[in-house]
Amino acid sequence: MRLAVLGAGAVGRSVAELAGEYGHEVTALADSSSAVVDPAGVDADAALARKDAGDALGDAEPDEALAAEYDALVEATPTTLGDAEPGFSHLRAALERDRHVVLANKGPVAERYADVRELEADSAGDVYFEATVGGAIPVCATVDDLGAKHVSAVRGVLNGTANFVLSRMAAEGLDYDHVLAEAQDLGVAEADPSFDVEGTDAALKCVIVANVLREADCDSLAELRDAAVTLADAEVEGIEHIPGSALDLAAEDGRTVRLVGEATRDRVSVGPRLVPEHGTLAVTGTRNIVEIDHEYAGGLAISGRGAGGEETASAVLADVARLE
Amino acid sequence: MPSESTPAPDEPPVDRDADAAADDEDAETDGGHETTLQAHTIRLELVDEPGQLLAALEPIADNGANLLSIFHERGSLTPRGRIPVEVDIECPPARFEPILEDLRERGVNVIQADAEEYGDEVTLVLVGHLVDTDLSDTLKSIQNRSGASVADIDLSAPAGAGSEAHSSARLRLRARAGEIPAVVETVREVAAEKDIDVIAPLEGRP
Repeated sequence: MRLAVLGAGAVGRSVAELAGEYGHEVTALADSSSAVVDPAGVDADAALARKDAGDALGDAEPDEALAAEYDALVEATPTTLGDAEPGFSHLRAALERDRHVVLANKGPVAERYADVRELEADSAGDVYFEATVGGAIPVCATVDDLGAKHVSAVRGVLNGTANFVLSRMAAEGLDYDHVLAEAQDLGVAEADPSFDVEGTDAALKCVIVANVLREADCDSLAELRDAAVTLADAEVEGIEHIPGSALDLAAEDGRTVRLVGEATRDRVSVGPRLVPEHGTLAVTGTRNIVEIDHEYAGGLAISGRGAGGEETASAVLADVARLE
Repeated sequence: MPSESTPAPDEPPVDRDADAAADDEDAETDGGHETTLQAHTIRLELVDEPGQLLAALEPIADNGANLLSIFHERGSLTPRGRIPVEVDIECPPARFEPILEDLRERGVNVIQADAEEYGDEVTLVLVGHLVDTDLSDTLKSIQNRSGASVADIDLSAPAGAGSEAHSSARLRLRARAGEIPAVVETVREVAAEKDIDVIAPLEGRP
């Protein structure tokens, strides 16, 4: 399959690097300032080496990647809230040309789910977004395989940065600020970690899953438009006010605290929760875990790496395989 | 095959007195396998004099009940100037009334004794300026507004009162079966009024 990759951050870069191994060809690769386009296939490694050296990816304008020849657009630009631009316009452009879209960018499906489905309905192209939830963990595909109609809840630890901070605080008896600084030194937390520690990132993932669950009950686009949720519908609490003493008290009682997100048909919530210290949800470090409650299958749990370039690219490329 | 408990028509009549005696013997066995224990909460008020608490606890022990917890609202007084105490016990159903009678005989004022079972428990951690916002008042509001009982509390305030740092408290609440979600919601409301964060388990989880 011919892929146009928008975004050359950790995920876009890994998709471009791994595409050949999966039997695909990258015909366009763009970041926010330039693009490299070649219908016969671009040399992604060379383009990325130029970027690493501080030069442009290529000679083309970023928009030329959108107009290039491809079968599927991989949208891996940074997640934006509200109108989800420019990711949403990229998706629109591809669908209007009857091309497929694979999202790693959470914005369009978290903030404009019904809009995405409406554009998809008028297009010969399909939209997949496995990489938007849980990195390498196949959350959407599993819910889809099990039948979203029969799934009552999806919950889990969906942010590696917050989980690293909480599990280090619990293990070492250190305070929030200390562990956060350490996480920033290690590159686990960003310079501005608010998106992660305030719960926004986990909430976006839960909103996307809630949309998948709610969509299963809708018979039309009009119903979906009423049913779809956005970040504004989520109850979100972060971990930035949790003192070490709270984790100590929890530990004395055989428990610990994790930032847990939960999506049901009625409610999307993210917040610090008390969980059994050795229970399923008490994963440590940057690891993520997702639990799925199913009417007939009971409870399922999948744990794995919830972030990282290659990990998330594996989910993007799994979606590309679904298009073939 | 006839069951053992059905006497054959030609067998002599069963000795009723002997059976009754056997039943009584079972009932005397503390924690006997035939006996189901029921949880009760008794609210008492004590005169602020030495030995009062012991006087209140003796009838419980004497009647073979298990004492689960005592919540002593230190510093708060009932309208009659007495000290309110809440006692959670566990005993066979038939022992509950005798305990209340013994308490009254010893002059202990029983304000409320509900036979309703506190079937569920939930553990929560509160985070905030717990001491400066009057923890005792917070607990009282939680009990009064949620109907749950505070089974125990552990406070960790490393920096002491008046500090900018947040303190934490772990609460174990006992509530009637099925009422945990409503209780947690009420705790969140009470806490929000004092800018206290509540860390709760997931709904339906221990």
